[in-house]
Amino acid sequence: MKFRDYTIDPAAASMLGRCSDQSIETAWDRFHGQQPQCGFGLLGICCRNCVQGPCRINPFGEEPSKGICGAGADLIVARNLLRGVAGGAATHVDHAYEAIEALELAASGNAPYQVRDEAKLLAVAKKLGIEVEGKTSAELAGEVAGAAYSDFANHSTKPMRWLTATAPAERVATWGKLGVLPRNPDREIREVLHQTTMGVDSDPVNLILSTVKLGLVDGYAGLHLATDIQDIIFGTPGPVFSEANLGVLKEDHVNVIVHGHVPLLSEKIVEWARKLTPEAEKLGAKGIQLAGICCTGNEVLMRQGVPIATNFLSQELALATGAVDAMVVDVQCIMPALQTVADCFHTKIITTMPIAKIPGAQHIGFTLEEVDARAEEIVRTAIANFVKRDMSRVYIPREKSAMVAGFSVEAVVKALACLDADNPLKPLVDNIANGNILGAVATVGCNNAKVTQDSAHVTLVKELIKENVLIVTTGCSAQALAKAGLLLPEATEKYAGETLKAVLTAVGKAAGLNAPLPPVLHMGSCVDNSRIGDLLKALADYLKVAVKDLPVAASAPEYQHEKALAIGTWAVALGVFTHLGVVPPVLGGPQVASILTGQVAEDLLGGKFYVETEPVKAAQGILVHIRSKRQKLGI
Amino acid sequence: MKQVLVDIKICLGCRSCELACAVEHSHTKNLFEAVQENPRPRNRVFVESAGGKSFPIQCRHCDDSPCTRACMSGAISKDSSTGVVGHNPEKCVGCWMCVIVCPFGAITTDGEKHLAVKCDRCPDRDKPACVTACPTKALVYQEVDRFAKGVRQQYLTSFSKEGGVTREIS
Repeated sequence: MKFRDYTIDPAAASMLGRCSDQSIETAWDRFHGQQPQCGFGLLGICCRNCVQGPCRINPFGEEPSKGICGAGADLIVARNLLRGVAGGAATHVDHAYEAIEALELAASGNAPYQVRDEAKLLAVAKKLGIEVEGKTSAELAGEVAGAAYSDFANHSTKPMRWLTATAPAERVATWGKLGVLPRNPDREIREVLHQTTMGVDSDPVNLILSTVKLGLVDGYAGLHLATDIQDIIFGTPGPVFSEANLGVLKEDHVNVIVHGHVPLLSEKIVEWARKLTPEAEKLGAKGIQLAGICCTGNEVLMRQGVPIATNFLSQELALATGAVDAMVVDVQCIMPALQTVADCFHTKIITTMPIAKIPGAQHIGFTLEEVDARAEEIVRTAIANFVKRDMSRVYIPREKSAMVAGFSVEAVVKALACLDADNPLKPLVDNIANGNILGAVATVGCNNAKVTQDSAHVTLVKELIKENVLIVTTGCSAQALAKAGLLLPEATEKYAGETLKAVLTAVGKAAGLNAPLPPVLHMGSCVDNSRIGDLLKALADYLKVAVKDLPVAASAPEYQHEKALAIGTWAVALGVFTHLGVVPPVLGGPQVASILTGQVAEDLLGGKFYVETEPVKAAQGILVHIRSKRQKLGI
Repeated sequence: MKQVLVDIKICLGCRSCELACAVEHSHTKNLFEAVQENPRPRNRVFVESAGGKSFPIQCRHCDDSPCTRACMSGAISKDSSTGVVGHNPEKCVGCWMCVIVCPFGAITTDGEKHLAVKCDRCPDRDKPACVTACPTKALVYQEVDRFAKGVRQQYLTSFSKEGGVTREIS
């Protein structure tokens, strides 16, 4: 395969050939154009926080060893990292805030959004300590929205309510002792922007503690809040069959891709695409084919079964098929280059969010109140554009893989309850204890042009399931694994170790699937990493141990975004051994690097970062960790 | 014979050449590992600035090189086939005469063993590491005459743009 250094996805590789023939520039071309990348940036020792700079530190021990203000390498690295994590946390908190607004609308009745999952609403309300007896779901939804808002209006020093209500008590105590419990998400983000400006905090250790705090903001005011509220509004996912890869696009359909992260609009696009299918048929299309990229894709996959077109790094390639009539984007991970590719075809890029516009794209502004009208307009725009498609330029790769997704914690528990209705977690825990399941690993995060697309995700996971490690996954990692056919019962037969295979077969059979569960459970979007946190909490509670004692790990094999830094920090704070497959920009600060990856993090939090760029070696490192945790538990 | 030459106008002073040089002269030849080596690897190119200009300075591998003449132990010598002014640490006594006579300040100490350190033009590479690392391509590895032709073309282009050629003819 000509592009084997670029991607292991055959559909992406064939599209890269098309792009090369048609002189369509892609992220991979631009990655090569960026080589060599700046060593100071790679090491995190360039400071641009004031205009006396930029300053950079000589990483080889020679001068300059300090910036103009006197900041040394560790201080610069710690400040840069904290700003990155703050950026990541800001995305998820902003996302969650919009979900609260939608819930508030739903509570008011007569709104475009409704409470679709009353059970989840009750569960969340109870968790928050809200009295549920005798209240209508509208009243409860209003109170839950109010409780969420109250964290953003918390002017006291009390920790965030959503955190104390959802995080393990042992962790809340640990974080309290370290002084890293966040009060008000907006305030914490504001405070670290202040803390990291010129001439404020000079202590790398203090900055790392704030980084942990921002990781918690991300975890609870971002991930957890967003998942909880989206489940209430759109429903908690259950197992769903779908497909992944560019082969899901159809020549004879209106093809609409939803790309970005927030389901508030994309859920409505799904609704309107179904309603307006006759309109598409009138213009000669056989129907409307929706497909997703990145996490907005995962959201509508989990709840609506919408297939996945592709993942982050190959987003431009979807447009190069010439078959996409509209790509609707919301926020995050949307490459500015999309419009340039769309310009080569009839494809319309439709931006929808006030903070995410692209010159040359059509902007159809999303508002919660008018979401139905906007979604209808967007789908109609896509349908109208179908007739402009030049069929002679359409090339859709055939590759696609079937998959099972939709494994919320509720869905996992329901499947397990088929084995033991009174104690659903017991079969899982028993099989971990007897070693049939060696441990569990969450693979999450993005693609990164520095890594052959999907290769680290797929290699790492195959190495782990062979050793009877159960995988849960989210984000673009889940999409990589879906494309590679790992989200299927057949993957259990083909790749899982014998004992893992036996357990998954038993659960599958009991759940009436007539096939094993897949060895990789798709738990949702990046904000749905909160589901993984909930699963860990449930397991730890059941075993009466702390999360940090469980034989588990997390891995972001190909991460690129600031969001991944924030999620990773939350995972480490939760006590999870967290593998990074791309070197983070911290190695220029030896003290910071050693705290994050060494004994200090482990002693204080129970988790730490583990950096290894070679996936087979990373799998070995993760297995060593899992086995050591098993040994400590005496299992 | 190719030389490392510099387009002074486009050097941004980013020091990427310095980092790449140190990495190339490390044991691991990998940035992330090189910064953790002890002793730390040394760069042999130095970005200096004056008068608003930045310039990466390294051994010019002079044909008539003062350092080879000043070296009393025979540690520094010019290889006539490659044109590289090489330094043999086995013979170096650390007298620093080479440092005194080099008009560019391109020779420094190794910081550890009291030996001179200088550009070896990356014998393991086709193109020196500093040249590969330069993001603006201010550093080039070229035949001197080809570089000179480029400079002439640039001169003429800007000369004609400013109307100089037209005036001359009329």
